[in-house]
Amino acid sequence: MKTLMLGNEAVARGLYEAGCAVVSSYPGTPSTEITEAIAKYPEVYAEWAPNEKVAMETAFGASLAGKRSFCGMKHVGLNVAADPLFTIAYTGVNAGMVICVADDAGMHSSQNEQDSRHYAKAAKLPMLEPADSAEGLAFAKLAYELSERFDTPVLLKMCTRVSHSQSVVETGERVEPAPVPYEKKASKYIMMPGNAKQRHPVVEQRTRDLIAYAETTSLNRIEEGSDRRIGIITSSTSYQYVKEVCGDRFPVLKLGMIWPLPEQKIKDFAATVDLLTVVEELDGFIEEHCRNLGLALAGKDYFSPVGELSQNLVAEKLGVTPDAGKALDENIPARPPVMCAGCPHRGLFYVLHKLKLTVLGDIGCYTLGAVAPLSAIDSTICMGASVSGLHGFLKAGGGEMDGKTVAVIGDSTFMHSGITGLVNIAYNESNATVIILDNSITGMTGHQQNPTTGFNLKGDPCTKIDLESLCRAVGIRRVRVVDPYDLSQCETAIKEELAAPEASVVISRRPCALLKYVKHKPPLTVNTSKCVGCKACMKIGCPAISVRDGKAGVDATLCVGCGVCEQLCKFDALQAPEEV
Amino acid sequence: MQTKNIMIVGVGGQGTLLASKLLGRLLLDQGYDVKVSEVHGMSQRGGSVVTYVRYGGKVYSPVIDKGEADFIVSFELLEAARWMEFLRPDGRIITNTQQINPMPVITGAAEYPRDLAAKMAAAGAKVDAMDALALAEQAGSSKAVNLVLMGRLSQYFDLPEEAWQQAITRSVPEKFLEMNRMAFHLGRNS
Repeated sequence: MKTLMLGNEAVARGLYEAGCAVVSSYPGTPSTEITEAIAKYPEVYAEWAPNEKVAMETAFGASLAGKRSFCGMKHVGLNVAADPLFTIAYTGVNAGMVICVADDAGMHSSQNEQDSRHYAKAAKLPMLEPADSAEGLAFAKLAYELSERFDTPVLLKMCTRVSHSQSVVETGERVEPAPVPYEKKASKYIMMPGNAKQRHPVVEQRTRDLIAYAETTSLNRIEEGSDRRIGIITSSTSYQYVKEVCGDRFPVLKLGMIWPLPEQKIKDFAATVDLLTVVEELDGFIEEHCRNLGLALAGKDYFSPVGELSQNLVAEKLGVTPDAGKALDENIPARPPVMCAGCPHRGLFYVLHKLKLTVLGDIGCYTLGAVAPLSAIDSTICMGASVSGLHGFLKAGGGEMDGKTVAVIGDSTFMHSGITGLVNIAYNESNATVIILDNSITGMTGHQQNPTTGFNLKGDPCTKIDLESLCRAVGIRRVRVVDPYDLSQCETAIKEELAAPEASVVISRRPCALLKYVKHKPPLTVNTSKCVGCKACMKIGCPAISVRDGKAGVDATLCVGCGVCEQLCKFDALQAPEEV
Repeated sequence: MQTKNIMIVGVGGQGTLLASKLLGRLLLDQGYDVKVSEVHGMSQRGGSVVTYVRYGGKVYSPVIDKGEADFIVSFELLEAARWMEFLRPDGRIITNTQQINPMPVITGAAEYPRDLAAKMAAAGAKVDAMDALALAEQAGSSKAVNLVLMGRLSQYFDLPEEAWQQAITRSVPEKFLEMNRMAFHLGRNS
């Protein structure tokens, strides 16, 4: 049946049709929907793991046990899972194993713009790169065949535009391969030096075999063109831009397998055109390979390694002038993302801002606490870095920074890799105060369950990890819970914990205001006779509050009645309906 | 046929994704090749959001670039102005006149520009400005702005209302179907 599918849903469909039996992932934009989509097929066991390393090792275990397995993650997630990746590359698989990594050129929702293709080369693993949903489905299926044929995990590389675009796919039926019996093979699966030394040459031979495959596979296809003055090598979404602009004018070598790359095929293609041109997003990865083959080409000297490409950018460089649009000659104010009205993080960040603390931040919706007027975050690096960074900050300060510095980290991020930092704080004894922003969900990626929510990926009730007990168990004696809607309670707790001569954890607990089960209160109103227009209520950056003609106003369609602004008003002008 | 381009823009949380899904379904049913590009993640949190819908004989790029949009359907007035550069010289803007202040306006760091619909028209764009919020409320929910705007957009397509209503039936939950059908109808006859 022909249907429109998101690239991520199409990959999930491909995994399903290939008989994938076990899926373990950690959510991350733009990869999240693959795992959400496959969880809807009852034949597949699917779960959210606490982090990408755990997910990859789980998928490996499933492969070892003889079932086709999968794990999916965003580009930075692969950094977390790099440790198993480089060694599973040596052991190979039992049943097929596919690893999806989704890059985010343009950083729509990421902290860096790394190019994950380098991982395939560094770990010596094959990587397939679909250019639309139909290829997402087909390549996911093919990846299992390659995995089992070449005894290797296979990387499937997505990007925001392929993951988050819907295009037409034709679905097929699920075929479940017979499980591969598990056999003890010490020399293959126990990677201690003696065995690993035997495996490395196997890996090198595998790469040579894969290069031979790359030379002939239809994954790497030549599309003829009438004008041989330029010949283009491209892949993924860049291929779409090239075809959009050039149609069938220039010959194109479209690469569906991005590592290992063919050698003879590229040389032969180059020999048929005047100017070889490589069009690829981010780094000059294909370009470097071509240059190593001794080929002259146009590449990153034309197409920037920064940000996404687009059809206009490609057109411009290929000498086709696009129709320019006409911008309105007007100063259009920016509309950056903001914390939602009623966001439980807001009150807590207001208190941190008020106390003028140095705040080491982490990855999640609460990164928005860095934005004016709250401006309450000093650093954001990666998952868990707030907790471990705070420890280093305090050790460097030699006591100077104690009482002035905190870490903030979300519930899901804490379980992902904050807990190990907290172990370090307890073990190596820094006087740290770590604030866990527990909104009972993984928020930024669109409400995924995690080990602290009490529900699993399929929505069924499951073991709920108790944050208070966990923190106490690793050696933190001072653990307390506050309600971020209560500003004075938060302020008192944070002051006390900062003053205490030992490490502490403050859990700021209230569910995300967007969760369906959260009951909202009626919107607040402004008593204009009491409002003096002091703008104290504006200090929290709530999108529901604005000041017009000297008086505060509340947008009743946005306000959820959290009452945080009410606590800032010294004139009782902001009122909940029952008080009116 | 040459690829046609529809951009749907608005503020995160306004329901632009549903509108793009509906269009995608409708156009696929008409036998076109279709691509729909969405934005997920951080920009959804009250930020400026954009969805691209492209259809034709064979569609390559999933995104629409500057100067390419046949239609810009905007859920909010300022967003129509922000994305106007993406309109073709003969393209049309269909915009809700609702204004939602962005954070720089809320904090007083910037002003919400005045008379944007008139300014866009003066700059040469064809502009349909309508109070889609009022019609949505008339249909039963302020959240039905998306269907009101789809109704208005449908005026420019040579398709029977039945084809649109079928796509709506397949895109919205049963519980809200009647309200959404009404919102579409009001937009189509506005």
